[in-house]
Amino acid sequence: MRLLLVPALLVASFVFAACGESGDEAGRLVLATTTSTRDSGLLDRLLPIFEEETGCRVDVVAVGTGAALELGRNGDADIVLVHARDAEDAFMAEGHATRHEEFMVNHFVILGPEEDPAGIRGQDAAEAFRLMADAGATFVSRGDDSGTHEKEKSLRALAGLEECWPELLESAQPMGATLLMADEMGAYTLCDSGTWLSRRSKLRLVALVASGAGLRNPYAVMPVSAEKHPSARTDLAEKLAEFLISKRAQEMIRAYRIEGERLFTPTRLEERGN
Amino acid sequence: MELFAEGIREAAGLIVSGDALVWDAAWRSLWISVLAVLLAGLVGVACGLGLALVRFPGRALLIALARAGMNAPTVLIGLLGYGLLSRRGPLGGLELLYTPWAIVLGEFVLALPIIVTWTQGSIRKLDPRVFETAITLGLGAWRRVLVYLSEARLAISLAFLTAFARCFTELGIAMMLGGNIKERSRTLATATALETSRGDFARGMAMSLLLLGIGIAVTLALSLLNARRREEER
Repeated sequence: MRLLLVPALLVASFVFAACGESGDEAGRLVLATTTSTRDSGLLDRLLPIFEEETGCRVDVVAVGTGAALELGRNGDADIVLVHARDAEDAFMAEGHATRHEEFMVNHFVILGPEEDPAGIRGQDAAEAFRLMADAGATFVSRGDDSGTHEKEKSLRALAGLEECWPELLESAQPMGATLLMADEMGAYTLCDSGTWLSRRSKLRLVALVASGAGLRNPYAVMPVSAEKHPSARTDLAEKLAEFLISKRAQEMIRAYRIEGERLFTPTRLEERGN
Repeated sequence: MELFAEGIREAAGLIVSGDALVWDAAWRSLWISVLAVLLAGLVGVACGLGLALVRFPGRALLIALARAGMNAPTVLIGLLGYGLLSRRGPLGGLELLYTPWAIVLGEFVLALPIIVTWTQGSIRKLDPRVFETAITLGLGAWRRVLVYLSEARLAISLAFLTAFARCFTELGIAMMLGGNIKERSRTLATATALETSRGDFARGMAMSLLLLGIGIAVTLALSLLNARRREEER
């Protein structure tokens, strides 16, 4: 029997430890978002304030935009925060969300080696893709239906490129790892400015195309509808959406900087009389 | 080589500074995998014994299934678990998805076939005289089973260690069912994957070294415990 005592005590102590983990709170909200949003560190700043105000806990599940929307479609997320306008519109049209609130924006940059063999520096974004295809330049694509991948596809379509060129490689990895791949290969890639700013000190890549309306990258939040998914906590999700467009959160977004650079620009300050 | 040096330096830094997030993840990895293996051990040893000692139709099929189950990819277990625990799934009402308990469940499924297979195999492989002696001694069924288990304990304890090693370092289940939520369901393995995907290879290396270190420490501790018990028995 002594043989059984040790495992029994172990189980008891572990169950005890585990119960401490769940804790008690007013509610638990699952926020599905993208890896680039999480990696920017902004949510770590914003969410604790919301949690304190409401007593509700927010669990952040970070996946690609495509997967985040899928979690919303299955009712496994209560609110989604993504950046791919067309996919968001489809999500709204299917009735999965109660509302669509754009609340901040940054932009995409096309990165590449200093030598810039395809000569895209300073060009328009779509023109840059045409030049890369013509030159057969190596381009590392996310290839994972992320917001960044969606933007790349729309820029390629805008450039009139119906097919990928052979030197376009799909990494199927998150942004940080994709940047390292492009860096190692001396290739071009498309990146959101937040990830780029937080990573560039470790990379040899340089920003070659960094402005233009075609590179705008708006982020939106959508509470999942309880009508469609009865178990979704729409009331709490609505509160979080309200919080993100509130003056307080918008000012925090404006103030958030990494290495002296602002990562996101709030889009809801002016309409609130500021 | 620079990466290794940097990784080891960073690992030492994480341990010395007591980085709260890393230790939080390490502790969660440990309790989840130990709990999963112990639960799988309770069920698995019982099933293994049954499969080894009781004749019934379909037994060979069940044994083959358990052996095949050792090949189950963790991502497949993760996907099946997701289908089960999703709010749309049959167990959705329990709201276990994206909690550590979901990982315990998945790792239980991962560990079970290992323990069933090894228990069944090691009991079958016992010297036939063990069975004869136990019966000749007129022991009750319960005492006989304890004798068999005691004779097969080396193989069974190795099964527990193998199951622990797989669960502790496992990534697919923890990622899919736990969701890698900071301070809630992040394990050392998902934290390592996170740092690597962010492109911070040194920190990823540091965490995987920590994962390796804790795994080795647990294995060594259990082996020592075993060795000491054998000493006492002599």
